[in-house]
Amino acid sequence: MSLDPSYLDYPKRQYGYDHDLYGWSALHERSPIYWPDGKSVAVFLCVSLEWFPITPSDTPFRAPGHMQTAYPDYRHYTARDYGSRVGVYRLLDAFAKAGIKASFATNSTIAERYPALVSDIVREGHEIIAHSTDMNGTIASGMPVEEERTLITTTLDTLERATGARPSGWLSIARSQSWSTVDLLKEAGTRYCCDWVNDELPYRFRNGLINLPLNHELSDRQIITVQQQSVDSYVQSMGDAFSWLAGEAERFGGRMLPLHITPYIMALPYRIDAFERLLVDLSNRPQSWFAKGNAIVNAWEQQS
Amino acid sequence: MQEGACDPGLYDFQPYRGRAPIQWPGDKKVAVWVAPNLEYYEIDPPAHPKRKAWTKPHPDVVGFAHRDHSNRVSHWRMADVMSKHGFPGSVSLSVALCQHHPEIVADAQARGWEFFSHGIYNTRYAYEMDEGQERAIIEDSIRTVREATGQTIRGWLAPALTHTPRTLDLIAEYGLDYTCDLYHDDQPQWVKVKQGELVSIPYSLEVNDHYGFFVYNMSGREYADTLIRQYERLAAEGGTVMCIPLHAYLIGQPHRIGPFEEALRHIAEDGRAWIARSGEIVDAWRAQQ
Repeated sequence: MSLDPSYLDYPKRQYGYDHDLYGWSALHERSPIYWPDGKSVAVFLCVSLEWFPITPSDTPFRAPGHMQTAYPDYRHYTARDYGSRVGVYRLLDAFAKAGIKASFATNSTIAERYPALVSDIVREGHEIIAHSTDMNGTIASGMPVEEERTLITTTLDTLERATGARPSGWLSIARSQSWSTVDLLKEAGTRYCCDWVNDELPYRFRNGLINLPLNHELSDRQIITVQQQSVDSYVQSMGDAFSWLAGEAERFGGRMLPLHITPYIMALPYRIDAFERLLVDLSNRPQSWFAKGNAIVNAWEQQS
Repeated sequence: MQEGACDPGLYDFQPYRGRAPIQWPGDKKVAVWVAPNLEYYEIDPPAHPKRKAWTKPHPDVVGFAHRDHSNRVSHWRMADVMSKHGFPGSVSLSVALCQHHPEIVADAQARGWEFFSHGIYNTRYAYEMDEGQERAIIEDSIRTVREATGQTIRGWLAPALTHTPRTLDLIAEYGLDYTCDLYHDDQPQWVKVKQGELVSIPYSLEVNDHYGFFVYNMSGREYADTLIRQYERLAAEGGTVMCIPLHAYLIGQPHRIGPFEEALRHIAEDGRAWIARSGEIVDAWRAQQ
């Protein structure tokens, strides 16, 4: 028994990465970042607005949260739609009450299907981040580049028509990209994406696109749906994370806490109260700056 | 091992009850070692016939970027907490990290940490290697760590825990004297090898942060509590070894590192822990055999 001899070749065993997408840099060695008004922890609140067709696609892969039973899967179709009918309004009210501006990573189909919702979001001062067409619009290597290019431009064009502004940010479904995505996003005029979870502050890809990391480990999907923690445990974890980052910011400069929220997960009646308490707690902390993705990118870019 | 036999013949049965007591330096009750895995995962590794490196077509953005968090952000976060409370690391090293991110290896070296090999990359698996191929990765490991740090590795944790039937014999032949791949005991034990002498030092799957967060789905606080319970029991029994195996991209996340620091503080302040490096624990045990 033996492996192909090439299995012991390491052609990219070299300084830095084994890819050219971005360069290496250690967070704690970078020049400190200062957020507006002397705040030290930016809280990036990003809500995913997702529409799951009852006819799921497995090409290139089926999105997390998608249909699970044989057709027709009423239970998941409607339970996901609950987030866009009921849950998201609980969140909007909570944000208004706490005086918080957020980013909504929105499937462009949401804007077409539920224009009233999207206009409420925009009118209340929140940001729209492009989040593909619908939850069948997943991306991975192997899909034809032309198809991916069309997916991206269709999403941006549709959201621009619906909201009057072309989104500057992009979030891929499940943060999944192909080898082409970073270049296609740049080509489509996107300023930043949120897909790479390797950092805790923005950084630039070699092509100039900015990555604004939206940590999946801190998402409600990961902590509540995947790890099956209670909302109280989630709230405690976010409080611990903020405290840690505020301490680190005293030594190293501004830090960022990304909160990635899904209406059909977090905005259920038995969870929303605890989440509202978290928002009040964090917004009352003297170090916190709740900011939309584009505001964080602006503040960072002025110093970078 | 006995290749093909139903009992691999790695060691003799040795009941926990009635063993000669083990004495740790300073009359401490439990030897505690922390094993950070300093790893490099390739974004586009070659396919292996027995195991896929990533679940998605390359690039698996979340899979790769999550591990990359260690090398941009969380290594220093984890290491600073360890240093603050007096815990050196015994590093399970993807030795190609010496080429990719020598700054991290240098940081660990400056903190007085010990290195052992965790293979070349955590995306290159040993299954089905022939003897020459396996010798090549062992020799590469010894040479690479020596050139980067001056240290001669003594231990082995198989890359991504992938083995061949001859791995343990080969590492012993090359003079390595401990393995972290066997989970049968809370004390060091001899391992049967063809030549040389090999000790199994207790590592841990159960209190590995990967198991804590991705098998048992614990919160940061639950994991910290688990470490304290593991410590309290092993300290009460005495003559034991407790390993805390870590991955910076897991333990060094902002919501987990605070509770983890409290667990380290608890162990450091308790007074019954001999906080040591893996090689020191192996030496202290061997001196009593």
